[in-house]
Amino acid sequence: MLTASEGRGAHVRIAVFVTCLGDALFPSTGRAIVRLLEHLGHEVTFEAAQTCCGQLHWTTGYHQEATALAHRFAGIFRDHEVVVTPSASCAAMVRTAYPRMDPGLAGLRVHELSELLVDVLGVTDVGASYPHRVTYQPTCHSLRALGLGDRPLRLLRAVRGLELAELPGAAECCGFGGAFAVKNADTSVAIVADKIARIHETGADVVCATDDACLTHVGGALSRLRSGVRAVHLAEILASGLGPPEGAGITADTAAAADGAAGRAGAGEGTPRPDAS
Amino acid sequence: MRFSDAARPELADPRERRTRRQAAEDARARQAAATGELPDWEPLRESGAAIRERTLRELGTHLETLETAVAEEGGRVHWARDANEARRIITGLLPADADAALVRSDVTDELGLEGAEPGPHTKAAVVGAGFLVAETGTLVVTGRGEGLSIPGTLVVVAGIEDIVPDWTDLEVLLQLLARAGAGLPLHPAVATRTGEFELVLVDNGRTKVLADPVGREALRCVHCSACSDVCPVFERTGPRPYGPGRAGPIGAVLTPQVRGVEVSLGASLPFASTLCGACADVCPVKIDIPGLLVHLRGRVVDARRRRPVPNPELLLMRGLAWSMGDERRYEQTVVRRARWARLLVRDGRIRRLPGLLGKWTDARDLPAPPRRSFRAWWRRRG
Repeated sequence: MLTASEGRGAHVRIAVFVTCLGDALFPSTGRAIVRLLEHLGHEVTFEAAQTCCGQLHWTTGYHQEATALAHRFAGIFRDHEVVVTPSASCAAMVRTAYPRMDPGLAGLRVHELSELLVDVLGVTDVGASYPHRVTYQPTCHSLRALGLGDRPLRLLRAVRGLELAELPGAAECCGFGGAFAVKNADTSVAIVADKIARIHETGADVVCATDDACLTHVGGALSRLRSGVRAVHLAEILASGLGPPEGAGITADTAAAADGAAGRAGAGEGTPRPDAS
Repeated sequence: MRFSDAARPELADPRERRTRRQAAEDARARQAAATGELPDWEPLRESGAAIRERTLRELGTHLETLETAVAEEGGRVHWARDANEARRIITGLLPADADAALVRSDVTDELGLEGAEPGPHTKAAVVGAGFLVAETGTLVVTGRGEGLSIPGTLVVVAGIEDIVPDWTDLEVLLQLLARAGAGLPLHPAVATRTGEFELVLVDNGRTKVLADPVGREALRCVHCSACSDVCPVFERTGPRPYGPGRAGPIGAVLTPQVRGVEVSLGASLPFASTLCGACADVCPVKIDIPGLLVHLRGRVVDARRRRPVPNPELLLMRGLAWSMGDERRYEQTVVRRARWARLLVRDGRIRRLPGLLGKWTDARDLPAPPRRSFRAWWRRRG
């Protein structure tokens, strides 16, 4: 694995694991990671064989299926030195659950995005600008399983124009919990109702997290309530308003992508988490 | 009854929810202060966990030591296989003409025992034990020890796991219990009594828990209730939906093991958690409650697999795993489902889904599926 000093300034080849949910429902998060890492001068690769890390099956009790998916995942990513994912819970799955399934799966390393940026690439100011009032919800896996600490906050504080509002009771779960959100829908919604009250206290326009799964839940409830507050993944904020890529001229692709992010970030979008493609 | 159904009326009581929320906030603040001020809190938890693990591993030996020690001091030990037998034994031990006072504990609640508060005229008492020290046959209760000094019959009730090998171990566990449970550096009072009591040791499903090499970790519990204090689910639902056993996260891992994962309560309790991990962070004996919940979810699903007719969830999850086993199959599934889901989009969002996911859209929107998946975008990008 690369250390921060090795990563800083050097050209790093990074394999992105976009997650099953990200591939199917939130491709804008994956695109933001590609835009961001290429802007920082790194090379992003995408293993087309990737599907799912097995988290959904594992936490819902389908352990045989989850173990098969874990072995498949390991086969795809084992030889990659640096792997990044926009999901703290998928990173935690690989790191903490895989060794329980099979000790042979221990040691597989997947970085959550803020870990990659801060620990491996050694950057906190990625050059983004995002003129909004943002509150950050640390998801349970980012907080407890990965111990991300203030990494996401350091990244957000460096974003130009971004006004960071502290979320009261931030360490409390949002009530998503995978299958819990459906199997115990009433309790799940009761928890998110209280979370939303806290989000409103901050006066933020945007609630940000490092996991699209939790954001689907919080954002879905915010949308149903027509609260106007949007749920946005950290990657999208960090990929907003980036200048031309470091050491390269602007390409049509990055310019178009940057436009997409600006449009999505702009006020007046009634739809939460709209597709910016 | 399923947890989700039992939770509904509790969620609909705003006064109770406000009270629970306040109680949880107070308990969390006390706990954080009491554990945060101790620099050696983590090593203390480690030793607590090790003591409990060792005790459970050698439980048979410690129980024999306890029985001998109690007998040497003039007491007697009675073994109860289940709650019925325990109640029968207790009734038989109490004098027929006097009402017995009760000092409650998790075990007396588990047996459904009832009685008055101990007072000056108490002639007999039933006391739920905190711990039993095996080497000296001593009863320990965290409290002022009401009922312990009565002149009449004293019946002590304990689970077979509520045992501590010796006083050195007890000291560690009492510190952990005080800080994690009461949020205090020490319990204001701890009472002990040695010998001359009738001790009823209750199994009531505990040997079943011990038989699961993973699930047995739940019996480390020292009854501090810290896990309930930090649980986002318990804060909203309160204790009742957890059924007749223990409430909160520890109940969610114990009850399914005791009552079986085939019955509706036992099958639903492992899923009554977001797996947020707050309980594991505060547990003074480091029980990995989220890990145990996932383990028990596996047992619930395995029991369902053995049924002759698969349920809709099993079919859905198998189908999903099959498509995720190959990227082309997965992409096809994504494309088909997205095409179908886009028909449900109204005003840029999905507001109602049929089937199992209808529970999601009862109160939450889903974003409209994108026109292009990430992998399709990547391919076009070249």
